[in-house]
Amino acid sequence: MIRSSINRRSLLKAGAAGLAASALPFGLARAQTPIVLGAVYVGPRDDFGWNQAHAVAMDVLKQVPGVTVIEEENVPETDAVSKSMESMINLDGANLVLATSFGYYKPFVVESAKKYPAVQFRHAAPLWNKDTDPANAGSYFCYLNQAHFVDGVAAGLSSASGKIGFVAAKPIPSVLSNINSVLLGARSVNPNATVQVIFTGEWSLPVREAEAANALIDAGCDVITCHVDGPKVVIETAEGRGVKSCGHNASQAPLAPKGFITGAEYKWETIYKIYADALAKGEALPNFIAGGYHNDMLRNSAYGAGATPEAIKAADAAIEGLKAQKPIYVGPLKDNKGNVVIDGTKDNYDPVLDGMDYLLEGVVGSTT
Amino acid sequence: MSENGLVIVLIAMLGGAIRVSTPFMFVALGETLTEKSGRINLGLEGNLVLGAMVAYAGSYQTGSPWLGVLFAGLAGLVLGAMHGWICKLPKVNDIAVGIAFMSFGTGLAFFFGKPYIQPTAPRLEAIPLGWWSSNPSIAQALQVNPLFLVGIALAVFMWWALANTRWGLIVRMTGDSAASARAMGVSIDLVRLLATAAGGFLAGVGGAFLSLYYPGSWNEGLSSGQGLMAVALVIFARWDPVRCVWAALLFGAAGAIGPSLQSIGISQGYYFFNAAPYILTLFIMIASARSKSAARDVPGELSLAK
Repeated sequence: MIRSSINRRSLLKAGAAGLAASALPFGLARAQTPIVLGAVYVGPRDDFGWNQAHAVAMDVLKQVPGVTVIEEENVPETDAVSKSMESMINLDGANLVLATSFGYYKPFVVESAKKYPAVQFRHAAPLWNKDTDPANAGSYFCYLNQAHFVDGVAAGLSSASGKIGFVAAKPIPSVLSNINSVLLGARSVNPNATVQVIFTGEWSLPVREAEAANALIDAGCDVITCHVDGPKVVIETAEGRGVKSCGHNASQAPLAPKGFITGAEYKWETIYKIYADALAKGEALPNFIAGGYHNDMLRNSAYGAGATPEAIKAADAAIEGLKAQKPIYVGPLKDNKGNVVIDGTKDNYDPVLDGMDYLLEGVVGSTT
Repeated sequence: MSENGLVIVLIAMLGGAIRVSTPFMFVALGETLTEKSGRINLGLEGNLVLGAMVAYAGSYQTGSPWLGVLFAGLAGLVLGAMHGWICKLPKVNDIAVGIAFMSFGTGLAFFFGKPYIQPTAPRLEAIPLGWWSSNPSIAQALQVNPLFLVGIALAVFMWWALANTRWGLIVRMTGDSAASARAMGVSIDLVRLLATAAGGFLAGVGGAFLSLYYPGSWNEGLSSGQGLMAVALVIFARWDPVRCVWAALLFGAAGAIGPSLQSIGISQGYYFFNAAPYILTLFIMIASARSKSAARDVPGELSLAK
């Protein structure tokens, strides 16, 4: 599969070069394969969260000459995504598909990649396995838990009760890692801090998210953060109840003028810029890109009125530490059932962490 | 579960019933009125979502949330009237039209709602009915939105009016026997048009509650099928407005079980607890809808009953 696609590419390149040499000076730029990029989102593109972070960064790719971006939003993580991708490929001629939601990968992206070997698929979660998965698929991901660690540091010093509430969608590794990192961040400045988590079970369920935020506040949490697709409802509920909040995915600072501390944000544009450069040069896209603070793929939202001066100082120091790859998971660490889950110090990009299925001691909640 | 935990869950259920039930209540009351006149409008989910969008946009543009509520009602009224008008044409199936209107309403709302996802609109204020309590979670649970009280008053009024007024009699007669209505010189098309339009108005107001009070913002995932559930609640409530209120309260309370159990540390099996409202509805449906009296409550002209 790889070989044939490389052959085709080099053939086209040779053709392009020949054309350029024989004729007009702008021949090279013209003759490159036109890229039709299909982007699939699980929710609306302007949800103050996950999808917005992707859609905003997609502008980087739209700027590349010869790249056409087609987008579809509100595509559920079901067979519907296969149909969306097929129609992008067959009707719109897409030759690069960016599937931006976790649940798209297996079986939908994998099956489609097998079915359409000439089309490149990239999926936004660290799930691609070079041994078992098709070579025309791939993953890209930012380890947002590093920014959540910074949230935890700031929250730990901005909370009076030391109880942080976390509204989570589903107990998948990246969500669990965010929860655990908030805890470790908070504990790094306040050893008695706890994180209480409520799972809603879905990426976007505004009424239940509001119910969960209310339940956490009723349970005594005075900082609320979340990992759901659109954090708007959670942040506004916290602000309405007069407690502080930390954001997720995109900046929610305008929604909580009184209580916003900071928030964990992706910089997808860094990855999309790498794709855009590769596309502009006609090179193959990397199969696997992952990153975090050390390679400029994350940021924390500007501090809001909820952040205390010492919280800002400690959070800034934490960011500097992460840029220098200071590890978050320093063992031995126990899960909240008492088993030792991490014995030594783990690098922030250690693949073992991608399979996280536990909540650390200090987190109130359960994954099932 | 400790006693303290039980109290927390019960307070959370009370709060959940008050916070979450209002949209169910309005849609169910609207649907009751429509079905009492002999027609089913399955499209109220569309009215709910469009109402939520229009209310948010109206509140944002005018600065007055109550104007937003009015606009939401009017948007619902227009959708309802269109449904009513199309259904009076010969050989039109009201269920099919309803499904079309569900997609039409949500589609319109998504299309025109794009610019309003980001801004923050003024919201409806709550009345703090829990001032007497020193327990902050009770005080919080009893933050009551005026629309909730309006909904209850409306249910009692509808219950009285359907039984005791001439208009109520006409609506019930149109719903139970079109032939008798015609013999009385009543225009059944007009009655059903008005009943569907009024039902649409109420569903639109229910949507306004979603976007302007709880959860209190406009986005495309806002309703998650609440309008459809409310239509089912009407059958569950056997076409009785007061029972609609109870059904809506029960549904809201059951929805609060999942998050509140997790908040007191009972976090195993949250998928199951989150499904509580649906499981509960299913069981009560089985228990109540089997009886012969349930069959008697169905308006005779409904395409369901025929």
